[in-house]
Amino acid sequence: MPRGGARFVISFLALPVLIYLLFVIGPYAQAFYLSLTDWHGVTSNPQFIGTDNFVRLVKDPTFWTAVGHHALLVLVLPLATLAIALFFAFLLNMGSGTKGVWGSRFYQAVFFFPQVLAVAVVGVLFQAVYRPDQGGILNGLLGSVGIAPIGWLTQPNLALWSVIAVMVWQAVGFYVVLFAAGMSSIPKEIVEAAELDGCSRAGMFFRVTLPLLWDTVQVAWVYLGIAAFDGFALVAVLSVNRGGPDNATTVLPLEIWRTAFTFSKYGYASAMGVALFVLSLAFAVLTLRVTRRERIDYA
Amino acid sequence: MTRRDRPNPVLGGLSHVALFVWAATVILPILWTFLASFKNNTEIFTDPLGLPSSVSWSSWGRAWEKANVGQYLLNSVFVVVLATAGTMLLGSMAAYVLARFSFRGNRFVYLLFVSGMVFPVFLALVPLFFVVRNLGLLDTHTGLILVYIAYSLPFTVFFLSAFFRSLPASIAEAAMIDGASHTRTFFQIMVPMAKPGLISITIFNVIGQWNQYLLPIVLLSGNVEDKWVLTQGIANISTSAGYRSDWPSLFAALTMTIIPALLVYLVFQRQIQAGLTSGALK
Repeated sequence: MPRGGARFVISFLALPVLIYLLFVIGPYAQAFYLSLTDWHGVTSNPQFIGTDNFVRLVKDPTFWTAVGHHALLVLVLPLATLAIALFFAFLLNMGSGTKGVWGSRFYQAVFFFPQVLAVAVVGVLFQAVYRPDQGGILNGLLGSVGIAPIGWLTQPNLALWSVIAVMVWQAVGFYVVLFAAGMSSIPKEIVEAAELDGCSRAGMFFRVTLPLLWDTVQVAWVYLGIAAFDGFALVAVLSVNRGGPDNATTVLPLEIWRTAFTFSKYGYASAMGVALFVLSLAFAVLTLRVTRRERIDYA
Repeated sequence: MTRRDRPNPVLGGLSHVALFVWAATVILPILWTFLASFKNNTEIFTDPLGLPSSVSWSSWGRAWEKANVGQYLLNSVFVVVLATAGTMLLGSMAAYVLARFSFRGNRFVYLLFVSGMVFPVFLALVPLFFVVRNLGLLDTHTGLILVYIAYSLPFTVFFLSAFFRSLPASIAEAAMIDGASHTRTFFQIMVPMAKPGLISITIFNVIGQWNQYLLPIVLLSGNVEDKWVLTQGIANISTSAGYRSDWPSLFAALTMTIIPALLVYLVFQRQIQAGLTSGALK
C-alpha cells in the first residue's frame, strides 16, 4: 500500500462505518438484549427478566398461528413461483439457446413490471381486485359467467391463499427474466445434441434445462424462502384488519410491529424478532445444505 | 434455424394462451384502476367491467390536492434522491477501500457490512426507533434518509467491492505514479471505470428505497402527514376511501402512483431488469 494510505483508508471508511454501526449493528445488538427484558412503555426502564419472554412466546397462540403461516408460505411461495416462472421462461426460450417465441421481449417486460411496483401499491391494487361484492374486478368477471361473489379476503380459510397469490403474481416476472437469461446462455450444442437423440420437450426441460439451471434455481429458492418470512407490507395493506379476519393472514413481522408500536411491549416484540431471525436463518442454512449439488461449468 | 422438426402448432398455440392470460392478469387490474378513476362511485361498483360514462378529471384534482398525492410524491422524490446519492457515495467509498487496500481489520469491516444482509430488519425495529428518537430525528426526512442509507449499505458494499476487485489495478497504479492522490484516483479513475456496476446498484437502491413501506410508517408518524412518502400515503388514502366514500379519487391517486413507475420502467426497462436481477446472479 502506497504512503499516505492509512489516512486515506480512515477518511473513506469513517462515515459509512459510523452510520452503519449507529443505525444497523447497534440496533441489532440491542435487540438481543431487549428480548431478555420486560421493557414496555416509553418512559419505563428495561428490567432484565431472562428468558421469560420466550417462555411466554411458546405459549402464545397468535405466535404459533403466524409461524404456521410462514411454514405454509415457505413451501407454497417458492414452489408456485418457481414452477410458474420456469414454465414461462421455458416457453419463451422453447428450451433452446436460440430465438425465443414471438413476443418474448413483450411478455418478459409485462411479467416483470409488478416487481418495480411498491408492495403497498400492489396491496391497494388488489383490494380492488378482491372486493368481496360484485363490484370487485375478480368477482365482476366471475359474475359475468354467473358465479356468485366470493369473499377472497373475508373468508378465513381463503384469505391467506389470496394473499399468497398476490405474492406469486408479483414475484413471477422477476424469475421469468432471471431464468430466461440463464436458459439463453445454455450452449446450443447441448440442446441440439439432445434433440438429435430424440429428446422430447418435457425430457429436454427435466434432463437438460433444469439441471443446467440448478444454481440459479437454488438462489431463487433461498430468495423466495427469505421473502416468505416477511409479507409485512402486503398483509398490512391488503388483508382485513391487518392480519385478519381473526388472525387468518397474520405474519410474524406484523405481530412484531403491532406488539411494539401499538401495544408498546418492546421487550416482547424484540423476543419475537429474535424468533423470526432464528427461523429465517435455520431455513437458509437448511436449504443450502439440502440443495447443494455439483456446479456445472460450460468449459 | 437448425432444428429438425418445426415446433408443434397446437403446443405453440397453448403456450401463447398461457402467456397471454398471465399478461392479462398484470395489465387488467392496472387498466381497470385507470378507468375507474374517471367513473363515479355507482359506476365503479355496480358495473365494474363497464367503461366510464364520461371522462372527468375531477377525481384527479381531488387526489392531487385534497388527498396530498402531489405532496407525497415530492417527499418520496426528495428522500430517495438524497438517500440513494448518499448510499452510492458512502457505499462506493467503503467498497473501494475494502476491495483495494490491505490493512488490519479489513476482513472484519467487510464481514460486518455483509452480515447486515443476514438479519431481518424487523429484528432491529424497536431499538432503531429509539436510536432515531434519541437523536431527535423521529418525524424528520433526515432521519429517514440516514436510515435508508444505513440499511442499503450492506448489499451496496458487498456488490461494489466485488466489482472494484474485478477492475485491473494497473491504471490506478499509473495514476498514482503520475502523482495523483488516493482521493483523486478514486473519483477520476476508479469511479468512471466502475460505471456499469454503479448504475446497476443505483437502480437497485432507487427502486428499493422508493418502494419502502415499513421504515416510513415507523419513522414518520401520523403527526407529520405532510412529510409522508408515497407508499404510506397511498395506503392511508386506501383506508380512508371507504368511509369518505370517494373511490374515484383513490383510483386516481393509485394511477398517479403507478404512472411514474411505469414511465421510468418503459424507458429503462433493460437496465432495471439487469439491475434488479444482478443481485441474484452474484
